[in-house]
Amino acid sequence: MIATTVHSGNVIVVVAVFLASTVEMVEALTIVLAVGITRGWRSALEGAVVALAALGALVVALGPALVHYVPLSVLRLVVGGLLLVFGLQWLRKAVLRAAGLKAKHDEDAIFAEQVAELAGSEGAAGRDATAFVVAFKGVFLEGLEVVVIVITLGTTSHNLGLATASAAAAVVLVGIVGLVVHRQLSAVPENALKMGVGLMLVSFGTFWSGEGVGVHWPGSDLAIPVLVAAYGTVAWLLIRAVRPARVDTPVELGTAVPIVEADRG
Amino acid sequence: MADSTSSSRSAVTRALAASGRFWWEFLIGDTPELFVGAVAIIGAVALLCLDHSARDWAGFVLALLVAGLLVGSVWKAARKAR
Repeated sequence: MIATTVHSGNVIVVVAVFLASTVEMVEALTIVLAVGITRGWRSALEGAVVALAALGALVVALGPALVHYVPLSVLRLVVGGLLLVFGLQWLRKAVLRAAGLKAKHDEDAIFAEQVAELAGSEGAAGRDATAFVVAFKGVFLEGLEVVVIVITLGTTSHNLGLATASAAAAVVLVGIVGLVVHRQLSAVPENALKMGVGLMLVSFGTFWSGEGVGVHWPGSDLAIPVLVAAYGTVAWLLIRAVRPARVDTPVELGTAVPIVEADRG
Repeated sequence: MADSTSSSRSAVTRALAASGRFWWEFLIGDTPELFVGAVAIIGAVALLCLDHSARDWAGFVLALLVAGLLVGSVWKAARKAR
């Protein structure tokens, strides 16, 4: 029983971190590819690698310190609250996009915009500071969200190593796919991934903030998959309830309706 | 000497302001109701859990309130569209 509950908790941590990292790294890859194609690969790749190293250093510096110096109940309460807020933001955005009420994240448009911005000036033959900085900023800023997710999920589940490995696997996978196809990954069903990550973050946030204030969850860690299913049902019903009547296309494709919110990432 | 002290102080101020902006955007952004709502819900459930007998069912209340917060926030955005 104990082995089963620990296993189910770890599986959800691995899946949540992997999906979140995939979404963010697809966005980062779009920027790196735009920089590499317009300004040259050397500085673009250097910027990306330095950013990944900085993100890794943040996890190594902050993760173990949190585990050692902060009491577990406080850690769970604060981390649970953070994940809850963070997850609700992701889930709200994904529900609005699926219902066609918010513009989808358009990797093709972002790629074209980056290329147009960078193509204005010539790339340098050696080290190109502009290319380095743009690639660094793209990877670092997209990766910061992943670092927060890795640290919060990793420390509270006592599995920082597993969470870090899962994020690293996503970075490697997206990097390899990007190298192979050599273009931005606009075909990735980003909103579906964001929906999945949002559901998991809200579920972990509910579970851990509850544990932090003294809630006794029935079935202990097994309550997490039950929360994922319950929130998933609420999200599905919500999409159907708020989707404008004239949209009869599948959820992932529903975009031909008034957009109330511009895309902010 | 005074110049270097004031410039390092302004660098610290800038870094603090940038950090504040980052966390504000990260946690609150354009949906302050989610942050305020989540804090209020956790606070309410913490009060509920002061009564030890409530701890066994407080999880259901917590999950229901969180679902309600999501529904309210999405509903508000959807109403804006109509």
